[in-house]
Amino acid sequence: MALQSLDIWRRSATTTPSPQQREPIEVAKLIDVTKCIGCKACQSACQEWNDVREEIGVNVGTYQNPHDLTANSWTLMRFAEIEENGNLEWLIRKDGCMHCADPGCLKACPSPGAIIQYKNGIVDFAEENCIGCGYCIKGCPFNIPRLSEKDNKVYKCTLCSDRVSVGLEPACIKACPTQALVFGSKDDMKDHAAERIAELKERGFENAGLYDPQGVGGTHVMYVLHHADKPELYNGLAKDPQINPMVSIWKGITKPLALMAMAGAILGGFFHYIGIGPNEVEEDEEEEKA
Amino acid sequence: MTNTWMDIKNANVILVMGGNAAEAHPVGFKWVVEAKAHNKAKLIVVDPRFTRTASVADYYAPIRSGTDIAFLNGVIRYILEKGQVQHEYVKAYTNASFIVREDFKFEDGLFSGYNEKEHKYDKTSWAYELDDKGMAKVDETLQNPRCVINLLKHHVERYTPEMVSSITGTPQKQFLEICEMLAATSAPDRTLTSLYALGWTQHSIGAQNIRALAMLQLLLGNIGMPGGGVNALRGHSNIQGLSDLGLMSDLLPGYMTMPKDEDLDRATYLDKRTPKLLRPGQMNYFANYPKFFVSLMKAWYGPAATKDNDFAYDWMPKLDKVYDGLRVFDLMHEGKINGYFCQGFNPLASFPNKNKLSESLSKLKYLVVMDPLATETSEFWKNHGESNDVDASKIQTEVFRLPTTLFAEEEGSLVNSSRWLQWHWKGADAPGECRTDVAIMSDLFLKLREMYKKEGGAFPDPILNLHWPYHDAEEATPEELAKEYNGKALADIMDPNDKTKVLIKAGQQLSSFAQLADDGTTSCGTWIFCGSWTEAGNQMARRDTADPSGLGIAPNWAWAWPANRRILYNRASCDPSGKPWDAKRKLIGWDGTKWGGYDVPDFKADIPPGDAMNPFIMTNEGVGRLFALDKMAEGPFPEHYEPFENPLGTNPLHPKVVSNPAARVFDKDREHFGTNAEFPYVGTTYRLTEHFHFWTKHSKINASLQPEQFVEVGEALAQEKGIANGDRVIVRSKRGYIKAVAVVTKRIKALDVAGKRVHQIGVPIHWGFTGAARQGFLANTLTPFVGDANTQTPEFKSFLVNIEKDTDGKVPAVPEATASATMKTADAGDVDLGRRGWLFGRKRKEEV
Repeated sequence: MALQSLDIWRRSATTTPSPQQREPIEVAKLIDVTKCIGCKACQSACQEWNDVREEIGVNVGTYQNPHDLTANSWTLMRFAEIEENGNLEWLIRKDGCMHCADPGCLKACPSPGAIIQYKNGIVDFAEENCIGCGYCIKGCPFNIPRLSEKDNKVYKCTLCSDRVSVGLEPACIKACPTQALVFGSKDDMKDHAAERIAELKERGFENAGLYDPQGVGGTHVMYVLHHADKPELYNGLAKDPQINPMVSIWKGITKPLALMAMAGAILGGFFHYIGIGPNEVEEDEEEEKA
Repeated sequence: MTNTWMDIKNANVILVMGGNAAEAHPVGFKWVVEAKAHNKAKLIVVDPRFTRTASVADYYAPIRSGTDIAFLNGVIRYILEKGQVQHEYVKAYTNASFIVREDFKFEDGLFSGYNEKEHKYDKTSWAYELDDKGMAKVDETLQNPRCVINLLKHHVERYTPEMVSSITGTPQKQFLEICEMLAATSAPDRTLTSLYALGWTQHSIGAQNIRALAMLQLLLGNIGMPGGGVNALRGHSNIQGLSDLGLMSDLLPGYMTMPKDEDLDRATYLDKRTPKLLRPGQMNYFANYPKFFVSLMKAWYGPAATKDNDFAYDWMPKLDKVYDGLRVFDLMHEGKINGYFCQGFNPLASFPNKNKLSESLSKLKYLVVMDPLATETSEFWKNHGESNDVDASKIQTEVFRLPTTLFAEEEGSLVNSSRWLQWHWKGADAPGECRTDVAIMSDLFLKLREMYKKEGGAFPDPILNLHWPYHDAEEATPEELAKEYNGKALADIMDPNDKTKVLIKAGQQLSSFAQLADDGTTSCGTWIFCGSWTEAGNQMARRDTADPSGLGIAPNWAWAWPANRRILYNRASCDPSGKPWDAKRKLIGWDGTKWGGYDVPDFKADIPPGDAMNPFIMTNEGVGRLFALDKMAEGPFPEHYEPFENPLGTNPLHPKVVSNPAARVFDKDREHFGTNAEFPYVGTTYRLTEHFHFWTKHSKINASLQPEQFVEVGEALAQEKGIANGDRVIVRSKRGYIKAVAVVTKRIKALDVAGKRVHQIGVPIHWGFTGAARQGFLANTLTPFVGDANTQTPEFKSFLVNIEKDTDGKVPAVPEATASATMKTADAGDVDLGRRGWLFGRKRKEEV
């Protein structure tokens, strides 16, 4: 990959126009589950690069650890044992943010600039702007973002926007030993997927196909599936993901109202400060916190 | 590996049996994925469990642990019966036509020559008929009933599909479908590659599992071929280097063997080990053994090794028996060993029967552990609750823990499974006062030498005369050692074609083991490494990825032993007339005057096609052996013997000889073997991708990916025992118990074996009582103290257990690494060994 400008396409709760001068290409991560051996190198690399550490959990009867995405695990191998007509399959899918073209999280977010969509398709969270309301979680059709108990902010895969901006592939791609994960322009990834799908069909997987759901405008993380007709087999991958209709209502009516209310609160605070002065923290309150 | 990792991409069919390549070798597995994606290869997995490898396979079949020979002998029977062998190859390149002695027999599960008292064979009858010149007799018409191929046919006759299915539990239909896929690779332009690992070695018949596959590959004409071969996937980084350097109690570097008590002088020793030619016109490269050996002695003893003192032969230790790991711990258990140096090894977790090991270590006067991590072995004496329930006050062993550098904190070469010596550079400095193993061993040596000098002693010569030419006596550099392994000329070496020309001057590095001499004019620390560091520099540091043949040879990437040859026996990739069996796989060829090509020919360069010389130049007869002569401990043909603990209590083929009659087993351990009445289920231990043995549980990220000990139980057995997914269970064997979480799975099915329903339970090994993951039980608490007859590798893959629900089980804690693993040292601060895994992962960032 060449260097990627991180020109911003949209920001949550912001109306300032985006730059138009450059036209970066759309990128995509392709996850070929038919080449994936579930080794979790991607999970490990994700923790390493993003400088997060998962807790030492427990085993609840599965290879899947941690059991779900967390504020520290932005990607997760999900394991599903499927047996149909005596034919056993162990379907292993790397789960994480799909970087939707039409991101429900961004639409739902009320905090200006907390969620950003770059022109290259990456949907990124700027946690410093996150107010921890959790609306993005509700807005996500894939149930990906996770609220941190530690700082009450939401975290998810950034598609390693910091690496991509300097011409590197995301950390998970770099770590994948079998090239089940590949990264490049979305067009190239679709071409590569087409080759893979032809090969799978030759091997008897008649329903092999690409997962690039149009209900969210397509995604910048796509899957090659052996059973593209039944994505739900892969540990509940959404068959036809759509943004929750509540988000549209929120966006159309509620959000402007809520923003007004928030502005009101900020103004209230401002007048409070002007009128009464800063809040004093009681000494014993501080001690309690310590 | 006979071939290489990259070469897997050339295969048409890939058999993963006795291993789980995707799980245990995820990086190398990329070449399997590549073969599937771009060579239309079919991947077949045969394993007791539906593994991660099976999840991407084209075909999976279950098998009962420990019955691979029955399966493979069945395949051999199938291809012989159908005539689906590579006929021309078998006739020219194997010992199929060789005539075996009349007194060789196989009856009721025993080969001729068995000595019941000593549990071993007199192998005299396991030999060819010889003519009056001492050459083996052959019948090229293959009519003689004593021809190897006819004896083999007779031997495998019993392994009918019905019998195979009855022993292995593999459904007959699936067995036959696999036979068909494997047999199709007998076509000269199709190859089968086999990837195996500890799933074959860790059995009391481990070496014979591999023999059976090697024979199959010879019959299919797949040895020496790109995309073929018998490929051992080595589990530890540099375990291949360990074997190459002879770090086994009975080996010397380069697969030479240690002298025994009866080898009183060098001549006797060499005579026994220098093979005699068995067919006219063959190369028999091991006939050069004396050159390799004398050059080794010159490397070890330098000027002190002279013709007059038999090149220091008397200073070599002489073995009275093989001191393999099982033997050493057995002797320790008997109180016959005082001290134990444990270097880069965690035996408390890595040999069988943890309780016996713990008792053994408790009888030592001292134990020295050199390791980067706080291993379980170094804390065997300390009570860690139920998972290591010992009374420290009753253990008098003094334990010294010497922190060492990790591979990434030092430079040097590692030998991978492909036999490539790859130089690597230091990635970070070691924390605390860690030292390299070389520095520690050097200090010990220098101290001992000083003591011998001062105080004399019973036999000081071997220590006092050891050649120690290093610039810094306290720590030889990796470069110095690598050059020593390669070897150098001690006198000018003349060009054999022009005796007036000096080929290599005295003092210069050698470039080939062909230059080695048995008169003391060359020194070489490991003959197979000769060529790795020549006058042209460090060949192991080469990083040219160019692959002119497109066959994955890349001859200028690092350096492969022997002689930078990438595919062993590659002369056999061409027919006797020199034409490649498959034009698309042309590795080498004859140019009218010599052999050459993309790979280094495994043959005498100037012998033209059509000559009597055959491709297997390391054997005395020049051909691949379907009949192993006296090379194996339990017979020249593989035979199905049951694991020492097996669910049948008998062997369906020969009830009188149930298990390997020559296996490594000590009588007093037999009483610790369980029966199927008490322990009805088959247990098998294995590794997971998330962890590397007992190391990575010290690293927080790895620990988070697989935090807690579990066992895998099939749905049918779980239902029978009332165990739900995620329940806590106790798994017991005759030797002890472990507690873990039950992962109830569809991936382990009950098998129908000889009219019985057999359940298997999977026991991953990675947890213990030190590290960053949740505290667990060492899995080898369960395993029996018995080993392979040839390699003494323990039978970790097949034993008997029982399982029950642990109704009051609790979530185990994460050990407090800092509290348990801090080592006080005399003159420095605390070295936090327990956190080293973590430190290593974090270090770079902290330094920035």
